This record gives sequence, structure tokens and C-alpha cells, in this order.
Amino acid sequence: MKSFTYERATSPEQAAAIVADRPGAKFLAGGTNLLDLMKLEIETPTHLVDVQDLNLARIDEDTNGGLRIGALVSNTALAADDRVRRDYGVLTRAIVAGASGQLRNKATTAGNLLQRTRCPYFYDTNMPCNKRRPGSGCGALAGYSRQLAVVGSSEQCIATYPGDMAVALRVLDATVETVKAGGKTRSIPIAEFHRLPGDEPQRDNTLEHGELITAVVLPKPIGGRHIYHKVRDRASYAFALVSVAAVIQKDGSGRVAFGGVAHKPWRVEAAEAALHQGSSALTSRVFADARPTEDNKFKIPLAKRTLASVIAQTRA
Amino acid sequence: MEFNAPAGTNLFDRAKIVGHSTPRIDGPLKTTGTAPYAYERHDVAPDQAYGYIVGSAIAKGRIVSMDVADARAAPGVIAVVAAPDYAPVGQGQGNIAPLFGGGEIAHYHQAIACVVAETFEQARAASSLIRTRYDRAPGMFDLAEAAPGASLAKGRGGKPDLKTLGNFEAAFAAAPVKLDAKYTTPDESHAMMEPHATIAAWKGDQLTLWTSNQMIDWAKSSMAEILGIKPENVRVDSPFIGGGFGGKLFIRSDAVMAALAAKATGRPVKIALQRPLVANNTTHRHATIQRLRIGAERDGRITAIAHENWSGNIGGEKGEDGTLQTPKLYAGANRLTANYVAALDLPEGNAMRAPGEAAGHLALEVAMDELAERLGMDPIELRIRNEPETVPGNPGKKFSQRNLVRCLRQGADLFGWSHRRSKPGQVRDGRWLVGMGVAAGYRGGPVQKSGARVHMGNDGQITVETDMTDIGTGSYTIIAQTAAETMGVSLDRVTVKLGDSRFPASAGSGGQWGAASSTAGAYAACVSLRRAIGAKLGFDADTATFAEGKIHLSNRTIALSDAGPMTAEDSITFGEFKRDYDVGTYAAHFCEVAVEAYTGECRVRRMLAVCDAGRILNPLSARSQVIGGMVMAAGAALMEELAVDKRFGFFVNHDLAGYEVPVHADIPHQEVVFLDTQDPVSSPLKAKGVGELGICGPGAAVANALYNATGVRVRNYPITLDKYLEGLPEPEAI
Repeated sequence: MKSFTYERATSPEQAAAIVADRPGAKFLAGGTNLLDLMKLEIETPTHLVDVQDLNLARIDEDTNGGLRIGALVSNTALAADDRVRRDYGVLTRAIVAGASGQLRNKATTAGNLLQRTRCPYFYDTNMPCNKRRPGSGCGALAGYSRQLAVVGSSEQCIATYPGDMAVALRVLDATVETVKAGGKTRSIPIAEFHRLPGDEPQRDNTLEHGELITAVVLPKPIGGRHIYHKVRDRASYAFALVSVAAVIQKDGSGRVAFGGVAHKPWRVEAAEAALHQGSSALTSRVFADARPTEDNKFKIPLAKRTLASVIAQTRA
Repeated sequence: MEFNAPAGTNLFDRAKIVGHSTPRIDGPLKTTGTAPYAYERHDVAPDQAYGYIVGSAIAKGRIVSMDVADARAAPGVIAVVAAPDYAPVGQGQGNIAPLFGGGEIAHYHQAIACVVAETFEQARAASSLIRTRYDRAPGMFDLAEAAPGASLAKGRGGKPDLKTLGNFEAAFAAAPVKLDAKYTTPDESHAMMEPHATIAAWKGDQLTLWTSNQMIDWAKSSMAEILGIKPENVRVDSPFIGGGFGGKLFIRSDAVMAALAAKATGRPVKIALQRPLVANNTTHRHATIQRLRIGAERDGRITAIAHENWSGNIGGEKGEDGTLQTPKLYAGANRLTANYVAALDLPEGNAMRAPGEAAGHLALEVAMDELAERLGMDPIELRIRNEPETVPGNPGKKFSQRNLVRCLRQGADLFGWSHRRSKPGQVRDGRWLVGMGVAAGYRGGPVQKSGARVHMGNDGQITVETDMTDIGTGSYTIIAQTAAETMGVSLDRVTVKLGDSRFPASAGSGGQWGAASSTAGAYAACVSLRRAIGAKLGFDADTATFAEGKIHLSNRTIALSDAGPMTAEDSITFGEFKRDYDVGTYAAHFCEVAVEAYTGECRVRRMLAVCDAGRILNPLSARSQVIGGMVMAAGAALMEELAVDKRFGFFVNHDLAGYEVPVHADIPHQEVVFLDTQDPVSSPLKAKGVGELGICGPGAAVANALYNATGVRVRNYPITLDKYLEGLPEPEAI
């Protein structure tokens, strides 16, 4: 771990201003991912701005009939919230499918969105990785890529976004609220929050340097059956091979997003019209442009099968 | 004491303490966090500095230059110990590549430097300032590619490891029912909770290592060989070990670097291997390729069996011999086993829990399942049909005891085997396909010379000292039980001290020999103490009864404490008569799995082991050993794999997020049954170990259950869903 300086912010605007002012500065919330990456010197911030004192740990009812989730609401608190459990079950199910109880107690809503890939070449600083060291090459593309992306990847990077929560937020059409230095705020639709690797795999999302997430807003409830099915090699405490977040209505229509397959939660709205024709019809459209490796090509039939299981569960 | 004939009736046949479930006496220390593990021994030497090991960034080649100036100048840094400044250290037992020194790189993450600083964080931070330039050399990292050119391993007496009996080829050709199948098992990591860790301190030329090691006497002599010093100048202390599984049988780089760094700085130095180093810096279980050919008559009698095994290691040294159980398990007059080892440039392969057999059962016991299906026989009946009378691979040799058929029959009853459908893919539970599998298990029951010293205080308190280790197995408790039984005192009157090389050398913890050997050694020392007491007080200790803290003679009773303070030391050695016998442990393993019909997710539902392993010294801790082995076997079957990058030559998934082992949710229900047997050939206690029996077979039972559930046979471990997904029913058809 490189030496760094540390301070505790007193307001979101101030936090944003400090980080915006220093190229090597980063926000620190739960630290469940950042601190590990700092120990391995994958992240080497020179200054940490701890946002834990900011008053961002509440879940409020929003004027549009939805919920406004503070950036510092813990994963545990969010998953356990009665309103979330009642109206946004896919979100609760996604959160509890991730990490462990201890990590969920510490991890925050905003931090969860910002967790970095688990690609093993990103984690080993002896190895090439364009995400960690732009221009060094991608170790994974011709290496061990079983866990990695099958769609939306580039020649530069085949990393996956590893989280579960964001996959549920994607089917719920959440928006991410931020503040920048000077107090300017914006709302970023979740679809536009994470980005594809392209030629800049070092950039996971569309936040600017110094832009602080203050809340995640859920639109008003849409009803339907909420299911999150996460397929992995062991029963718990593992990243998804493929996951499906789905909200399916009585008439068979619905929304579907996939995790574990791309650099971001993967949802193709235009394909959802095919949902009533079954899983194959939808997934053949969703993965039409997939470019898997030999190691991970199984994810495409697995995605089809996982959605089929989800559909079967809604009928059960 | 020499154990030179099968044990007759003795005090353990009327035992009040040995053989009874006894909570581990070290349990409260473990559960309250007060058992001091190596890295936590802050009080053993003052002024400890922290070492941090740097591993090689390449798999093969040499160091061109190493610039340590910035690291030396970094805050808190006391010294940087750099490989180019040292000649390669000597070779200790169980090591192939030098653990440190010189410019040659033999494998990824081989130790090339150690930064010593006032704090761990300073040492770690400075380590990244070392700039090393390498000259990368090509290496061989692909077992499948190297296997065809592999040589036969060196077997007993250095002879090529190829054994034949009868005429396999002719008998196989003539057999009406045949199986010829290839299986592969991957490299696996011990993945113990406590990484390798050592504190080293020098006093003059005397070196003390507070470390985490399974074999204290080996560690002492190896350390002497590695550093070129006298064994008597090395002390090793390892009272608590957070898991070893064979990964801590030998001295590794933590101990070597701590010793060299302590020498360089003149201060005690502590080092724990950071988790990412454990996979590539230390040892692992080698991957195997195994070919099984079995020929049988239509009634199931095996007429021909061949088991060939390929693995690889640095320099083509010792490999993973998957054939070990095959000459022991099933009858058949015409046999062949062969064990080949290829030269690979991956990190060092070495012993991991049931080396050889754990991987071997994953092949042989699936082959038996496949053969049963071809024969249209129940797989339990096939095994019973081929139950041998003497050792199949060495028919002149007797089994000391063998109750495998009882294990299978009793297990079948307990598990509800009769409900299994022989045709696969027939049982549904909602979205889940359900199947059952069975496998037999064999693991040798070896013993080794083992010593102990027993002291009786004025108060009649008994203290046992031996360098035996407790790697989480229950050694403290079974040795205390043995001493309490032999001296006729209650368990709370016995203190057991382990893991210090100042104590008499023991068998150590390895090869499933620890329990039987170390309790026999403790017994031998207690018998010596009894005789010494008898000599002092004038009675024949061998006919006296020691019970309830008293010595009962025909004409009087003496309080044990009246004998005053006394000490005796002895060891158990094992006589030639054992060579006439194969001493083994046996199990029947059962498993039920459910496989999600759409996604292929496989979940173990329940596991059962019925074990025949002689007298069970402590059923509670023995059960823990067996269920631990079953968990590890389920991991081997379903998820564990060190993934090889064949370009860069290293194990990619080198942390506990990437190397998945089973979690609680994977193992919902396990049962263990021990047959009530004693093996008089094994030891005076008629006991055998179980620490490795539990991993021999359950993985194959999982694999066979998965086949029974799905109808898809996967022969490449681990059996992850990508390998059978396409064989499951199409979603539209479900």
C-alpha cells in the first residue's frame, strides 16, 4: 500500500471539491473493495476523502412514488428495508446473493456500484492489464477467461462488472444522483452509469473525477414477480457465472437484465418484447453480438437456461 | 518399546477414556482466540521486525538485475535481503527448487527478496519499490502436452514404477465387458486458513523458529541442511497450526526468509506469506491424467485391470501417483499399474491430503461406476463381487483387517440406497434432478516411530511432551486420553505439550500416521514411567492396575502421587512382522446431489461415510477429520482447480476469491459411522488414522451421483456445470 493522506468530509459538495482538486484523490466509504485494492497497489490514491460522516444513510420516499436511497445506506439495510422487500424484491434478492453478511454490513449503496472487476489479471500486478495499466495489454483475452465478459467487450478488455445489486437496479430503471464540485447535481440513468471498456477500459463508469454519488432513486413500483437467479460454482460467496434479474408480469411481459456477462449489467430493452416467446427468443437477441472466448462461451447457453429457469419459477 | 507382534488383549480393551468422545482440550483456546499461532507470538522474542516476501514475476528464466536502493531508503526499512546477493540455499527435505538465492527462477512467485521493516505496512510498501529485470526463458506448463514424453517415476528402490501381475493385455482383450476411460484431475491448493508463517531469532549460532509446521523433526533437520548449520543449533516450535493438509510438511520460504532476514538484521523477524503467494510460492497437489482399463466377466468378476497415471513436476521429480489404491481395492488376476512424471515448470507439486489416493479415487471409483452400468449391475454389488481375500496386487500379502463389504452394506441401508434408480435422469424434485452415488475408499494405515516424555509431578499430575503436532486434528486430546488411560488418572490430570523440537521426536502429522503413531509413543513412554515407579516402589508395574489415581496391587494400594516426581522417556518402534500385512483403512461413501435442470447448478444434499479404521480413539474428533475430508473431496469433485495460464506459467486464481472451496451452504448434511473394529496389527491401541480416509472416495461418490441425476458423465475434474450443461434436457423440453 502506498502512503496516502486522509480527511473526513463534512458535506457532499465539500467532498466533491476536495477530490476534484486533487488528481490522486478518491472517496472512501465502506472500503470493502478499495482498501483491498490499495493493499495490492492496484489502486494507489494519494489522498482519501472519507464520506462516512455525510448524512446520506437514509431511505426516503420520493415525490415520484419511488424510493430515494442514500449513497451510504449499507447493503444490509437496503436489502432488509420493508419497502424494498415489498415493492422491489429483485433488489433485495440481488443484494443478499452477493458477498457475505459481514461485507454487506460494511458495503454501501454507492460503493457497490463502484466495485471493480474481479478479473485475475487485473488483480496480479505482474500481469498485463489495460484496466490497471493502460497500454500494457489484456492478459485475460488469450488467458484464463472463464469468469469474464462474453458481450460488449473489446480487444482491450474483457472484464466483467462483478456486482449483483446493479443488475437489479438496471431492471428497475434506477437513476444515480451525483454532486460535483461547486454543488452542481445530475441524474444518471443506471443504463448510462457503467460503460463498456472500448479503448478506455480503465474507466468503469461515466462519473467525472470528483463527482460524488449522493443517492440512487428507484421509480415507483411496477409490480410483477421479482426474481434474481445467480448461477455460480458454489452455493454462496462467489461471483456470478451468469445472473438474471427479472421482473415478470402476469401477462408474461417483463424486464430482464443479465449479470456476469459484460462490463456492465446487460439489458437490451428491445429484446424484451420477445420474452413471451420464451427464453431462447429473448437471449438470442440479447447475445446476438456476443464474442465469447473458448473458456466462457458456455455463458451464452447458460444465460438462456437461467432465464428459462426464472420463467419457470414465475409460473411455479 | 518395540511393537513386534499383533496386540493381544490389553488395557485399551477396557478403556474408560480412550475410545470415548472427548471435546478437544485445545478447543477453548481456539474458540476464544487465545491459542497463539506462529505470527501472533509477540512475546517469544523482543523487538520483532516484519518481513515481506517478494515473489518472482516470471515462471522461468533468470534475474538480470535487481535494484533495491529505493526500497532500502523507504520509511522504516531495516534491510532488503535480495536473491542475487545470496548463493542458492541448500535443499531441504521435500524441496526441489531452492527456496531462495541466486539468479535462476524455477517457478512463479519463487522468493526473490524479503524486505524487513519496523512495521508490516512499511515492509509491504517498500517491497513494491524493488525493480527487477528478468530474462524470461521458455517453459513447459501444459501437462497434457508433456505427458506423452513423460518417464516412469522412480518407484521403490529406484526401479521404474511399473507393476504387472499376470497378463493384463491378453486378459483385457479377452474380457467380454470392457471399460477404457481417461480422467483428469486439476492442480489443487491446500488453501488452509493460516498461511505459512514464521518468527525467526538467532542467539549466537542458535536459531529458533516459531513456525507453523506439521513435522518438527523434519523441519529441524531440513532447516539445518538449507542453511548449512548443525541440526542441534536449530529449535523449532509449532504448538498450534491453522491447517496444513500437507502444505506444511516441509520447510518453505517463510521460514528460510525469516531466518536469513533475522541474520541480516540482527533482530527477530516475522513473516507470513501473503495469500496470493500461497498458491504459487508453496506446494500444491499435482494435476493428473489417468487412464483406467478394466475387463470383466458378465457376472462382474474383474479379470483385468490397468491404471496408468501421468503428472508433472519441476525436473520430473516426485509426482502425484493416482494408482496407489488400485492394487489394494479389487480382485483381478491380471494387472498393470504405471506412474509417469513429466517435467513441468509450474510451482512445486507435493503432498496434499492423501497424496495419490485422493486423485486416484476420483478416477478408479468412477470407472467402477461406469463398469457397473455396462454390466447392468448395482455398483455396490460389483464392488462386493470383487472383494479380494488377499492384497490383489500382491497376493502373498494378507490384509490385517478389512471390512469394506460391511461398510458398503451398512451404508446402503443407512442411506436408503434401495431408492436409487439405476437408470440416470429419472428422479425429479421440482426443478431439480436428483441422483445418488457410491464409492469405496482405501487409504493405508501406516505408522512411524514416535517418541514421548512423560513426567509425573508430586501432585500426581501427568505431563506428556512430544514434538507431535496438532494441525487441527485433535492430537492434544487423543494423547491426553492415552496418557490418562495408561496412568489411570482422569483427563484433567494430564497436560500435553506438543510441537517443540526440544521434546522427543515423534511421527509428526502426515500420511494419516499421526494418531496411531503418536498415541503409541505416548503409551510407550507411560509404560516406561509405570515401570520406573514399580522399580522405585518395589512392584511389578505390568501386573499392577493403575486406576483412579492409584496403583492397585494384590496386597495394597498406593496413591500415584506417593511415587513422587518422576520422568520417563520412550518411543514406539514397529517390528518386521508388519511386513506380512497390508494395514489399511476403508470406507463406503455415499452422496445425494440435486442438479438444477435448467442451469445445471449442482448442490450436494447429503453425504454419508461408513468407515473401518480400527479403534477410533476419539469419535468426536475423528468424525471432524472425516467430515473435513468429505468437504474437501466435494470441493475437488465440483469446484477446486488451480487454473494454469500456459503462456505465463502460473496458477492464475491465487486467492480465496478465485480458488473456490466449499462454503457451509455447499455441505448441508453429513453423517459418519465408524464400525466397531480394532486392528491388532496396527498399534498397541489397535487404532489407525482417519485424517485422509475421509477424502478418499467421496469425490467420486459426488461425481457418480451427478451422473445418476443427469445422465451426463464428466471425466474432467472439477465437474463444473459448463462441462455438462449441453447434455441436460433442453429448456423447452422441461
